[in-house]
Amino acid sequence: MGDLLSLFVNSVFIGNILLAYFLGICSFIAVSKTIETATGLGFAVIFVLTVTSPVNWLIYHGLLAPGALAWAGFPEMDLSFLKFITFIAVIAAIVQAVEMVIDRYSPLLYASLGVFLPLIAVNCAILGTSLFMVERNHTFIESVVFGAGSGTGWMLAIVSMAAIRKKVRYADVPAGLDGFGFIMIIAGLMAMTFMMFSGITL
Amino acid sequence: MHIDLSHYKEILIKGVWRENPVAYQVLGICSALAVTVKMSTALVMSIALTLVAAFSGLIISSLRHWIPSNIRIIVELTVIASLVIVTDQILKAFLYDISKQLSIFVGLIITNCIILGRAEAFAMANNPADSFVDGIANGLGYSMILVAVAFLRELLGSGQFFGFSVIPQFLYDMGFQDMGIMVLAPGAFFIIGLLVWLKNSLPGVSHEKK
Repeated sequence: MGDLLSLFVNSVFIGNILLAYFLGICSFIAVSKTIETATGLGFAVIFVLTVTSPVNWLIYHGLLAPGALAWAGFPEMDLSFLKFITFIAVIAAIVQAVEMVIDRYSPLLYASLGVFLPLIAVNCAILGTSLFMVERNHTFIESVVFGAGSGTGWMLAIVSMAAIRKKVRYADVPAGLDGFGFIMIIAGLMAMTFMMFSGITL
Repeated sequence: MHIDLSHYKEILIKGVWRENPVAYQVLGICSALAVTVKMSTALVMSIALTLVAAFSGLIISSLRHWIPSNIRIIVELTVIASLVIVTDQILKAFLYDISKQLSIFVGLIITNCIILGRAEAFAMANNPADSFVDGIANGLGYSMILVAVAFLRELLGSGQFFGFSVIPQFLYDMGFQDMGIMVLAPGAFFIIGLLVWLKNSLPGVSHEKK
């Protein structure tokens, strides 16, 4: 239990998927204009990550990993090179399902997230988490915790960014640095703040 | 067949400079930040991405009349993912060390917004040759930023260029120190931010709207 808690805290703060591994920056910048949409997208990402990470774990360890097809009489088979295309297909399908659910139950959220929902499918944080999960040899339970933790970390980062952008809306930024450049500097400062967490163990 | 070279030149300049995907359209910066600690990884990543962008443009554009519009994203992702698998296998076979260092970021070329963005915005509406050139142009634009960031990070962060020390020893003796922050995550954010500032201050560049 302690290991799982430690893994969760680690993926939220120390190895924050956004500020330490730079995954999901495109939507981080595009959707952090208001706190409401940032929160909505944050929850969508947590949900999608918590579902896709274990589903991809099952598919990888049941079908693709070296020797996984031994039950079917192919103990020599190694299909792990197919993981990219399989993972992205699973993610796209699950995102499509989430989109339909949100459209049905929360038209307001659907209207404000607009074009960004389909973009969750190509959000590198989602695919990145599944690939990290394979690379770090997580167990099934760990993959659920890791997915939820990464999603929470991503949401924490994007909601903080939306809040900071609200505060600096009327700041007097030098011409040219306005916009994207300024956001990157803020993100850099946030990443420095998150580095303080490194070294914390539970 | 008459080939209008100035037309291709136009596409190239647009992708590399005037509408640079990273600095102007804010696409594909995930990997631009992650693989730029060293020049060697940045360069390999640039080449891989440029090739995938060019060939996915070519293939998707050749198929554009047969792809039903409501499943086009899936089709585009399938084409891109297949190309990335090929790239990954080639890297594992010939550049194993670098492919280990790039770890999951080769796989993340699939979700790089530049590739899908160009497939959606350009390849679905233009002929294969134009799309191929457009892929190369955007890949080069991306590579330019990547190499610039990697150059600065490797130089300032570890005093090296392609793994060779370039800062003379007497500077260290005089008290010069490598900036450790450049190797870590925040350094990448700062450098990209400052590069965008520099680019926006140069003439002949369309400014992004706030």
